[in-house]
Amino acid sequence: MQAGTAAAPWAVELDDATVAFRLADARVYTAVEQARLSVAHGEFVAIVGPTGCGKSTLLNVAAGLLKPAAGAVRIFGEPLTGLNRQAGYLFQADALFPWKTAIDNVAIGLEIAGASRTDAHDAAQKWLTSVGLGAFAGRYPHMLSGGQRKRVALAQVLIRNPKILLMDEPFGPLDAQTRQIMGNLLLELWTADRKAVLFVTHDLEEAIALADRVVIMSAGPGSRIIGDWRVPLARPRDIFEIRLEKEFHDLHREIWSVLKDEVMKGYAQSAQSVEALA
Amino acid sequence: MSKLNLLFCQLLVAVVIIGLWQLLTTVPIFGRILLPPFFFSNPVDVGSQIVAWFSTGVIWKHLAITLWESILAFAIGSLGGVAFGFWFARQPRVAAVFDPYVKMANALPRVVLAPIFTLWLGLGIWSKVALGVTLVFFIVFFNVYQGVKEVSGTVLSNGRMLGMSERQLMRHVYWPSALSWMFSSLHTSVGFAVVGAVVGEYLGSAAGLGYLIQQAEGVFDVAGVFAGMFVLSAFVILIDLGVTVVERRLLVWRPDAAGSRN
Repeated sequence: MQAGTAAAPWAVELDDATVAFRLADARVYTAVEQARLSVAHGEFVAIVGPTGCGKSTLLNVAAGLLKPAAGAVRIFGEPLTGLNRQAGYLFQADALFPWKTAIDNVAIGLEIAGASRTDAHDAAQKWLTSVGLGAFAGRYPHMLSGGQRKRVALAQVLIRNPKILLMDEPFGPLDAQTRQIMGNLLLELWTADRKAVLFVTHDLEEAIALADRVVIMSAGPGSRIIGDWRVPLARPRDIFEIRLEKEFHDLHREIWSVLKDEVMKGYAQSAQSVEALA
Repeated sequence: MSKLNLLFCQLLVAVVIIGLWQLLTTVPIFGRILLPPFFFSNPVDVGSQIVAWFSTGVIWKHLAITLWESILAFAIGSLGGVAFGFWFARQPRVAAVFDPYVKMANALPRVVLAPIFTLWLGLGIWSKVALGVTLVFFIVFFNVYQGVKEVSGTVLSNGRMLGMSERQLMRHVYWPSALSWMFSSLHTSVGFAVVGAVVGEYLGSAAGLGYLIQQAEGVFDVAGVFAGMFVLSAFVILIDLGVTVVERRLLVWRPDAAGSRN
């Protein structure tokens, strides 16, 4: 799957993107330094790194929610200006509109694009059914469990049929079993029409189980991309089963040997900053 | 406690209080009446006064006027509060400039404005409406302002990523959020609309519940004052019940509103 030629440009391309924030005391905090990352059409890339390494920052840059201080972002070969209209974004926190029912939450993406209410609702009902919530259309988000809310959020993003899917630890707040079920659901939906996926997580196992490629980031500040592994596991995969395979373990051990140092550094740094604050 | 039991206990409180009141104002204990009827009246007199008001029909005119004043005060105050709350929240610079004056105006005890309003707007309903508006406006204003300010950043980003324009964000995100804050203060703001109307009437008018109470007080008709108070309480409770019904309709999506008020 080697894309990137002139004929088929990368779906997402970060070209030496550097992201910096101005702190309250006028110092500049560099979150991500010269990140170079490309995601091909239909490729599932997972970004893994220690807490506070700027994984989400990188995702926000690809979404157009943040502007890089230096470097370029290209979406299908075009420089990104403003929001990334080709992308759907699945947030870590609850992002559903609490005042809309499940079906209204899913339909809204089509409605604001100009679809009629009936059409939007028909499509939304289909999407709710395909994420297993066909019978919950009339529920408000607070009446749904955390996993059900994530399913609605997934349908809300996918109904617009974005070419790129950006996911920021989407299953982070869920319990272990629900995460695996959601992972399988995601793979199932993704297999239907392979979108380019950029999936941020701190869970290496989840990353290997889901992705085609696993990208490792160093501890912040000024974190960089320090590793890029291809996952040789066959598809279709079952997340419950795949963790038992030898190839999975070998790759996990290999990546973990690199990631472990960064995780320790990340911890040490956050401990220091806590001391500095105290 | 079962519902029936609860109702029984609640009624018991009323019976005991009214019974004691009647007893202490009519039957001498150790040779003297503990609550002189001149100051405390007695339940029978108060009750017959209420019955007289309703049977002759005089009360309806006063109730209608107070209700109308409250509704106008609530409507105008809410509209103003929503408009300004939205405007200030979306224009931080405007909000910063006006901030000290808003605080100043809100700190002012509204009763002192009543004479001014009477002077400006006369003894009719509008001076009472104006007083109610000054009370309702600030409650709604602060709630809407807060509602727009405290829209979750994630929900906002989600709206943007789903392709919403600024106008659509307004309609689908800011507006429902602001309204929910406004409705959560509905009981308070409706209550204040009534307070504004009644206090205004009390301080100078020719009709309304406040006028009725003030008139009775002016001729030392204590039974009339108490009767007016009871009618007023019943009136406020009825309005509050109405608000609860409206609130339950509008805030079904809120976990606390749906659960706690049952």
